[in-house]
Amino acid sequence: MAQVIIPTPLRKFTNSQARFEAAGNTVQDVLKALSTQHQGLKTHLLDENGELRSFVRVYLGDEDINFLQKGATPIEANSIISIIPAIAGGIV
Amino acid sequence: MDKLNFSKQELERYSRHLILPEFNIEGQKKLKAAKVLVVGSGGLGSPLLLYLAAAGVGTIGIVDFDHVDESNLQRQVLFGVDDIGVPKVEAAKRRLEKLNPHIDIKTYNTWLTSDNALEIIKDYDVVADGTDNFPTRYLVNDACVLLDKVNVYASIYRFEGQASVFNELLEDGSRGPNYRDLFPTPPPPGLVPSCAEGGVIGVLPGILGSLQANEVIKVLSGVGSTLSGRLFLFDAASFETRTVKVHKSPDNPLTGEHPSQSGLIDYQQFCSGERQPEEELETKIKTMSVEEYLALRTSGEAHQLIDVREPFEYEIAEMGGELLPLGSIEKNVDRIAKDRKVIVHCKAGKRSADAIERLQGAFGLNNLYNLEGGILAWAEKVDADLAKY
Repeated sequence: MAQVIIPTPLRKFTNSQARFEAAGNTVQDVLKALSTQHQGLKTHLLDENGELRSFVRVYLGDEDINFLQKGATPIEANSIISIIPAIAGGIV
Repeated sequence: MDKLNFSKQELERYSRHLILPEFNIEGQKKLKAAKVLVVGSGGLGSPLLLYLAAAGVGTIGIVDFDHVDESNLQRQVLFGVDDIGVPKVEAAKRRLEKLNPHIDIKTYNTWLTSDNALEIIKDYDVVADGTDNFPTRYLVNDACVLLDKVNVYASIYRFEGQASVFNELLEDGSRGPNYRDLFPTPPPPGLVPSCAEGGVIGVLPGILGSLQANEVIKVLSGVGSTLSGRLFLFDAASFETRTVKVHKSPDNPLTGEHPSQSGLIDYQQFCSGERQPEEELETKIKTMSVEEYLALRTSGEAHQLIDVREPFEYEIAEMGGELLPLGSIEKNVDRIAKDRKVIVHCKAGKRSADAIERLQGAFGLNNLYNLEGGILAWAEKVDADLAKY
């Protein structure tokens, strides 16, 4: 199963879980499974049109999926998908 | 470069650089000739400034508007207890001059803003961004792009750190990716963690700020290969590190295929999400200053004080309110009085405004008042015994 690494700011939506595992053929399959299981994550990842939000990047290994085939990027059983959010420091 | 001479003291001081084959006296000359601006002298800025000064960067500028506070000392190792209440730039300059008398320290005791950023940054070769908020991060990035300066970046949150080198001059004469290639726009305020979630493990800025200093020295000396085009990620809790690629994006509003921005903008507005309807709602929230609340409390008028912070914050300081954390405020609406004034407070006033907005929207309550500045303002102006956190 592919693994998703959840960044600290989003772990409050995954019961502090740092990793999520799901089967699927594409990055999108796995992200869908993730946001179905952890509903609170969805608004932080995807906009109203289901597109990835501009302040979050998704990587397959060390490559940005925007420079692969975006959500349709095929994955393998041992793929590591990282969600990387913009962080600024302590002040809001 | 050749006109730079080192005194005997300097040669001795920098000898561990001078005997490093890749670095040697040529690298040291480059550091001495360099001008680096450090924006923010807090958690990241502390190790950055200490190492850059120790290493012999010839001119170091420091921008910070803040004063040293007790709560800074958990991570801002540049300062000591004697510095509490002193402007950070002043305390920093004093410390760094003791550390290395052979360098020049310039200070800017001000917020970096769209009005002063270009003027301040233009005199420097490299900017190291050690700020703690999105508006200043976008401002620093955009100003560096507009002025062709390298932006050495690091950022932290709780146990997580990021670092990169933006807008570096590459061998082919072009510039490497910048922050806008990675994150074209900031998260809207509603999705930015609130101050209750903003804690940080004290050593983390020390680690990231040190990495940042290392990248600054590499950029200046040309030794090694920098993080340009790469983003370094560190999870201090699990001790996992990753380095991922950063590409230039065709959609970058400054450097992409169809640039839509040619100067600095209003970054507070840019990061506020420009949500007009919500601003209108906010004006409907009644507020009460801590002085007004003190008068109400002293008058003996019946009222209720609600504290919407988290239990762990209540443990640090409380002012007699009933604890109903924001996350469960709607569920606890029965515990909120309907027949008298209800004053709602949090740490600084944002979460209590959110709570009032939700309660007014869902239950039509109209007896709610937001305590301006929250418990921090109460501690500042009324109860000096309370811990400010």
